[in-house]
Amino acid sequence: MRLKGFRLLTIITALVLSNNLLAQSIDDVLNRGQVHGNFGMDMQYYQVDSLIGASETPDEDVLMNGFANFIYTNGSFSAGFRYESYMNALQGFPAQYKGNGIGYRFASYTNDDMTVTVGNYYEQFGNGLIFRTYEALGGLGYDNSMDGMRINYKLRDGLFVKGIIGTQRLYFEQGDGVLRGVDGELMVNDFFGGSLKNSKTKLTLGASFISKYQADQSSQYNLPENVGAYSGRFLLRHRKISFNGEYAYKINDPSADNGFIYKEGTAFYAETAYSTKGFGLTLSAKGNDNMSFRSDRAAGQQDLLINYLPALTRQHTYNLLATLYPYATQPNGEMAFQGELVYKLKKKSFLGGKYGTGILVNYSTIYNIDSTAVPTAENDSTRMGYTTNIFSVGDERYYDEINVEITKKFSKKLKGIFTYSNMVFNQAVIQGKNPKKYPDVYADIAVIDLTYKINKKNAIRTEIQGLFTQQDQQEWATILIEYSFSPHWFVAIMDQYNYGNTNKDVDGNFNERIHYYFASAGYVRGANRFQVGYGRQRAGIFCIGGICRTVPAANGLTLSITSSF
Amino acid sequence: MKKLILLSILTTLSFTIFSQQEKRAMPSVNVTDMEGGTVNTSEFNNDGKPMIVNFWATWCSPCKRELNNIADVYDDWVEETGVKLIAISIDDARNAGKVAPYVNGKGWEYEVYIDSNQDLKRALNVNNVPHTFLLNGKGEIVWQHNSYQEGDEDTLYEAVKALAAGKELKH
Repeated sequence: MRLKGFRLLTIITALVLSNNLLAQSIDDVLNRGQVHGNFGMDMQYYQVDSLIGASETPDEDVLMNGFANFIYTNGSFSAGFRYESYMNALQGFPAQYKGNGIGYRFASYTNDDMTVTVGNYYEQFGNGLIFRTYEALGGLGYDNSMDGMRINYKLRDGLFVKGIIGTQRLYFEQGDGVLRGVDGELMVNDFFGGSLKNSKTKLTLGASFISKYQADQSSQYNLPENVGAYSGRFLLRHRKISFNGEYAYKINDPSADNGFIYKEGTAFYAETAYSTKGFGLTLSAKGNDNMSFRSDRAAGQQDLLINYLPALTRQHTYNLLATLYPYATQPNGEMAFQGELVYKLKKKSFLGGKYGTGILVNYSTIYNIDSTAVPTAENDSTRMGYTTNIFSVGDERYYDEINVEITKKFSKKLKGIFTYSNMVFNQAVIQGKNPKKYPDVYADIAVIDLTYKINKKNAIRTEIQGLFTQQDQQEWATILIEYSFSPHWFVAIMDQYNYGNTNKDVDGNFNERIHYYFASAGYVRGANRFQVGYGRQRAGIFCIGGICRTVPAANGLTLSITSSF
Repeated sequence: MKKLILLSILTTLSFTIFSQQEKRAMPSVNVTDMEGGTVNTSEFNNDGKPMIVNFWATWCSPCKRELNNIADVYDDWVEETGVKLIAISIDDARNAGKVAPYVNGKGWEYEVYIDSNQDLKRALNVNNVPHTFLLNGKGEIVWQHNSYQEGDEDTLYEAVKALAAGKELKH
């Protein structure tokens, strides 16, 4: 009995000890682990609206897009997924987003400066001229993420290497082509160290290569199955001035985008910036020729894009500037220039006034590139289509805009932002319309944005916008009034009105003078945000209720919820 | 005997589950500084004082309103609490080159980084800009807020002052 009792005691002690050790390690593991996530949902109740061509409302009254991300991290390990739900997808979204599914899942770990990721990932090389995957599901339904493997390795100070392999997301499926790529970046100062490390001159060099494989199943053409593209780049900075340049080359890549020609593609990006306190200047140029690059040569729309050719224009957020004539890069060929100046007139100076005045001037101009057609037989697998020099500016203008923005604080309570823009928009090229019926649009746009702070918590903001043109749909006006009660509430009403439209119906009435009225209200608490809206809304970037997001076209009652934890 | 084992395992587990979870710190993600260098976000620090991490973009008007409004009072904030504001721009290649000229042109005195591949934005589960995180002196995220309305900076600063005074924040 005594012996038994002793044995029992020993076992208990051993158990408690081992359990404590176990507890310690479980504790260590579990307590370092964290789960975080975010959620977003847009729901719409549709109304028939023949005026804006929304007479074809879906059979269902209510449509909904939603998603939630969950990410678990524990030390150097991380894994997560995004659950997506399209019940059914909102109007204006690609119909292939249907039902529920896991749109994104990954696991990764980091060890000795090397990160391995398997599953889905977003990555870009340099400026993205030959490779960039990203996601904008919320408003655009765009996601070209990779599914495969990736290694990011910091070999030593100043030397980074990335390797990727995988296929791209195509809604709830994967694209046909397999991508393989490497990118190296050398930060010269960090790499060589010593006195260079603190030098006022800094240099970064980079190079990338990417190749896609897609089987040739064409009976008509003899298509290249492996298409390679490479690029080289540098970033040079000396005190307050910087130069950033990248050049990219792609071998022949016959595709639906370029009409199955066998010409190579090229692109370059060059930018210089100078800034000092109160003054900033950026000058940039970009050219691209035959640089549409997709992991399926037959793909169209926004599907399976491998690279990113940024539009060299100002990214607008005011309704009339952002939604009516937005420029879109022409991957088959364009030459673009842009300059932007930011200047602050000092406080208490003659022009600056008591609080100082901010001035921003942006100019951008975009043309086609000069080319000469090379006639060859229709089905010839050697046809080049045309010859060109990427640095040669053609004589067809695609876009041209100068805009000036003045930011002025009048008093502690009243502030204003005044914007004027003059733009030329080649709707035939950018929107693929018939040039005989759709001439270039010459538009003047003015925006007055005033904020009046009633007291510490209450504020009213108004936007008065006008767009004046003799082409397309003629004049537009937008009025927005937003009332906010910090930190939780806002209400806003907006009307975008095509008051100058001259089109008439058979009875001679101006039937296209449409109002896009939209009323919304929202509640924010911490990282949770709720917004309801009613009315019509055009698709585009919207900055209402204290956030900016790309929204789909709306018509009827909308409910948006975003949250993160 | 079995009961004993079960009991001890249960105590162990419940102990594990109910023990205090650590608060969230900045994830380890590389962002680009204004000179083109690479900085790991887990190395953000402010010598034991609070930090504000704010996501913005050059095309986001409420973001710019927020950061311009804070810029007017930032000197006072720093002097009174030692707080540091880190502004994370999510601009991509289209606008990344305009970030430094804009920041300097506006005379902002924040620490500014570019997260052009949105790795940090994803790691912190940010839906839309602007989105603000507040970190305590230990580098733990103790407060966050999405969107900006006039006056929100006062609420943020109340939280900063509470932190600087060593108080716990009610979320």
